[in-house]
Amino acid sequence: MYRYSEFDHAFLAERNRQFRAQVARRIDGSLTEDEFRPLRLMNGLYLQLHAYMLRVAIPYGTLSAPQLRKLAEISERWDKGYGHFTTRQNIQFNWPKLPDVPDMLDALAEVGLHAIQTSGNTIRNVTSDHFAGAAADEIEDPRPYAELIRQWSTDHPEFQFLPRKFKIAITGSPNDRVVTRAHDIGLRMVARDGVPGFEVIVGGGLGRTPMIGQVIRDFLPVADLLPYLEAIVATYNLLGRRDNKYKARIKITVHETGIDTIREMVEARFAEIAPEFDQTATEATLDTLRAMFAPPPLNPRDSATYEAARARDRLFRAWADTNLTPHRVAGYAIVTISLKAHGQTPGDATAEQMRAVADLAERYGQDEIRVSHMQNLVLPHVALDDLPALYAALRAQGLATANVGLASDIIACPGMDYCALATARSIPVAQQIAALVGALDIEQELGPVQIKISGCINACGHHHVGDIGILGLDRAGVENYQITLGGNATEEARIGSRMGPGFAYDQIVPAIERLLVAYLELRLEPAETFAQTVKRLGLTPFKTALYETEAQDAA
Amino acid sequence: MRTGLVITANALLEGDVIWVTSDNALTRDLSQAQVFTDRAEAEAALAEASARTGEIVGAYLADIRLTQEGPAPAHFREAFRTRGPSNYRHGKQAETGTTV
Ligand code: HEM
Ligand code: SF4
Repeated sequence: MYRYSEFDHAFLAERNRQFRAQVARRIDGSLTEDEFRPLRLMNGLYLQLHAYMLRVAIPYGTLSAPQLRKLAEISERWDKGYGHFTTRQNIQFNWPKLPDVPDMLDALAEVGLHAIQTSGNTIRNVTSDHFAGAAADEIEDPRPYAELIRQWSTDHPEFQFLPRKFKIAITGSPNDRVVTRAHDIGLRMVARDGVPGFEVIVGGGLGRTPMIGQVIRDFLPVADLLPYLEAIVATYNLLGRRDNKYKARIKITVHETGIDTIREMVEARFAEIAPEFDQTATEATLDTLRAMFAPPPLNPRDSATYEAARARDRLFRAWADTNLTPHRVAGYAIVTISLKAHGQTPGDATAEQMRAVADLAERYGQDEIRVSHMQNLVLPHVALDDLPALYAALRAQGLATANVGLASDIIACPGMDYCALATARSIPVAQQIAALVGALDIEQELGPVQIKISGCINACGHHHVGDIGILGLDRAGVENYQITLGGNATEEARIGSRMGPGFAYDQIVPAIERLLVAYLELRLEPAETFAQTVKRLGLTPFKTALYETEAQDAA
Repeated sequence: MRTGLVITANALLEGDVIWVTSDNALTRDLSQAQVFTDRAEAEAALAEASARTGEIVGAYLADIRLTQEGPAPAHFREAFRTRGPSNYRHGKQAETGTTV
């Protein structure tokens, strides 16, 4: 795990001291809201619909047990006893009071956490694979590279005033679990003749104008990473539109200029600046970082206890079949802990649950916890033979739902239950869909299907890349939900296609049910997934299910 | 249906939803809010309220309908603001016993 240097600790303490003074000056009236707003946003503090909201960064989605316990404590002391894990590998507290926030930040700093958003039009926190360092399909742990990028981009004089914010995602395995194609720059590790390098993708993004990133370089040697990134950002800095906020992201630059022209410019710039980069120094930094993120020593373990439990316990077997991912070391597994119990709020965990997960991570999981962009928690290194005991402990906490990757493993943004920008609610739609598939007990039969819900066009819930996407809108003062079908969030990323007219709040769940039932009727065989059926048949039969059946029902 | 306007904002310290009453106090209960039927008058009062930056944040005018029971939110966003989130009994619905 990345360890804070003295410099990092001193920096955080100073930042918190400054913000405490700013809050005091806001409260005593020396700062107006217009003066204070940018300061609080820089420290992760938003004003939402019903309260303030504090957003805490979880770099690389990696937490230790003491850090998770501290989050639990903060939620009890200054919030309402729970936290919300988001698709950006953050945790949000929904009910802090302004005078308490400086104390919350100090409590976070005790365990090396912070809410600094690296906000503004800069290079944001780099997101990386939640299975990093554990996945069997991984070529190399991506986190040392993510940290290298963070160090290079932080306070980089040229990149403090980009046309717009800039987000980079990185994965160390060819199977993309971080949606690289929906980021300004995506880095997907691939191997060529046994040598690792990156496929570099530019110009992805969701939001108002969703676009899938395009490959600008199919194989970049790892040693060229920083000069190549710098060449991309410099090209964007030159071409990017500053006249219109909605056209300022690099996705629009790539779209308007064309990927081939951009590539030529980037390669020319790269050739120019590459000699200025000290590859030996970069290699040395990477070696230090690799040591920090070195995997825990895992002794080979037997799996007899695991096999026996599988044979004996049907529920355990169902959970193991859905919630485990192969580990690179034999005798171990990656465990995904679902925060999607049927009918619950996606991504929420109570203080008690956080403490339980922290204890379990210490007992069975090498003291490591990950936060996934799917709004679940992950124990990346668990011995197979410890799984039956782990499962029993998770069940006692309501954390053993066997639904990872299934219909009730829904991503939902906070929507109009919390978010000031929302045009409709998303959480209760997710709760009702999950409760429905739970009650019908059909999700094992349905197999993998990703439902993603956003409460406005900003697309924080990634609805464009869901097998089924739901976008909540305000149509003439009434909540209305638009459905998209056929999106894909993997290395084969695709933006879903919009179906017909939207559905009212009380009609959207029955509409989703019709889609799911139609799939069961249309698929060739149980092994054909929802996504494959949509790909084979196109939208028409699903439109029929959505709209014609509805007309019949009404008749 | 008669309609009107109320002044609403979030409290600076607590962050929760408030409305302005006819004696310029802040209330957590929409039924206590001053209702304007004249837009110009409402806008003048809003300008005054917006100057209270030491107490409130982001003041604006919200449409209401005048019902037998008093002012009711015209838009669903404002209705949520009188209650709190729908996934937990938190916020105003928990404090005042308002039902969802
Ligand atoms: C509740 C307060 C939130 C606010 C005010 C907010 C606001 C926004 C805005 C304005 C954008 C669009 C930025 C742009 O395209 O330039 C955005 C994008 C995004 N938000 Fe949020 N958001 C919130 C919560 C969340 C949460 C809880 C998540 C995770 C579940 C999230 C994940 C994202 C992601 C992934 C994007 C990027 C979409 C893209 O590629 O353009 N946000 N957010
Ligand atoms: S998608 Fe819209 S409603 Fe949902 S969190 Fe983002 S800004 Fe808020």
